[in-house]
Amino acid sequence: MFDLTGKSALVTGASGGIGASIARALHVQGAAVALSGTRVAPLEALAAELGERAFVVPGNLSEAAATEQLFKDAEAALGKIDILVNNAGLTRDQIAMRLKDEDWQSVIDVNLTAAFRLSRAAMRGMMKRRWGRIINITSIVGVTGNAGQANYAASKAGLIGMSKSLAAELGSRSITVNCVAPGFIATAMTDALNEEQKQKLLPSIPAGRMGQSDEIAAGVVYLASEEAAYVTGQTLHINGGMAMI
Amino acid sequence: MSDIAERVKKIVVDHLGVEESKVVENASFIDDLGADSLDTVELVMAFEEEFGVEIPDDAAEKILSVKDAIDFIKANAAA
Repeated sequence: MFDLTGKSALVTGASGGIGASIARALHVQGAAVALSGTRVAPLEALAAELGERAFVVPGNLSEAAATEQLFKDAEAALGKIDILVNNAGLTRDQIAMRLKDEDWQSVIDVNLTAAFRLSRAAMRGMMKRRWGRIINITSIVGVTGNAGQANYAASKAGLIGMSKSLAAELGSRSITVNCVAPGFIATAMTDALNEEQKQKLLPSIPAGRMGQSDEIAAGVVYLASEEAAYVTGQTLHINGGMAMI
Repeated sequence: MSDIAERVKKIVVDHLGVEESKVVENASFIDDLGADSLDTVELVMAFEEEFGVEIPDDAAEKILSVKDAIDFIKANAAA
């Protein structure tokens, strides 16, 4: 099950914890992967670890031209993009009253607008081949909201609405569009929280622990697979029961 | 030149699965041939491939009928 031999995947944010796990998991299932991110060194290290069928395509998702170039580079490296995983994301946390326009905009640009641009670029080939998987990594806070994350939560909620719309447009061409919504996952992003904050969060998680990035990757593998062909427009929540939606 | 018209019509017949007799020059893809908006995008992609032309989005939006497609390709195709 979940064999991805012969499929090609572009994963953005592959230098981060969750992105790297997603790339590894897709690769283990047989997919060729293009690893994108802003920091080249960790991408090169991951590509070296994976060996064949792995390519590094650095890119800056905050600009339109660079984002389109990144897609072209990935397509040139892989020959085609069957699976697009929009995982790249950043946070600029601040309570709304102190949130600057630029910190609102930069989060929306990378987390939401770049995901749209890459999806639009990927659709063309997917429509021609009558097969495609677009998987957007959103967040529990895109559904629940979170104090101090108006920009981040808006971008993640935006991904869910966008995914449903694309799913409606592309369903007849055997292209599925879904979201995976991680809860509280151990990554560099959550390492920023101090021990006290973490201890406060744990009682709200029925599983009693933080999630691991490979538990997110497993959800992505499922949605990317042939077996998930009838799943579209959905959000798969992987959060240890932290929110039951 | 009639060759272009024949090739355009063949793409439309193949893609939309409609009877050849219905694919007349003034037939509208959406109103007469049952295409949806995604079909029209795919037709434009198929024309681009067949004739080796690039059809920009603003031009593509104006290609609504068989005749529109033939006229655009006649005006823009190299061969």
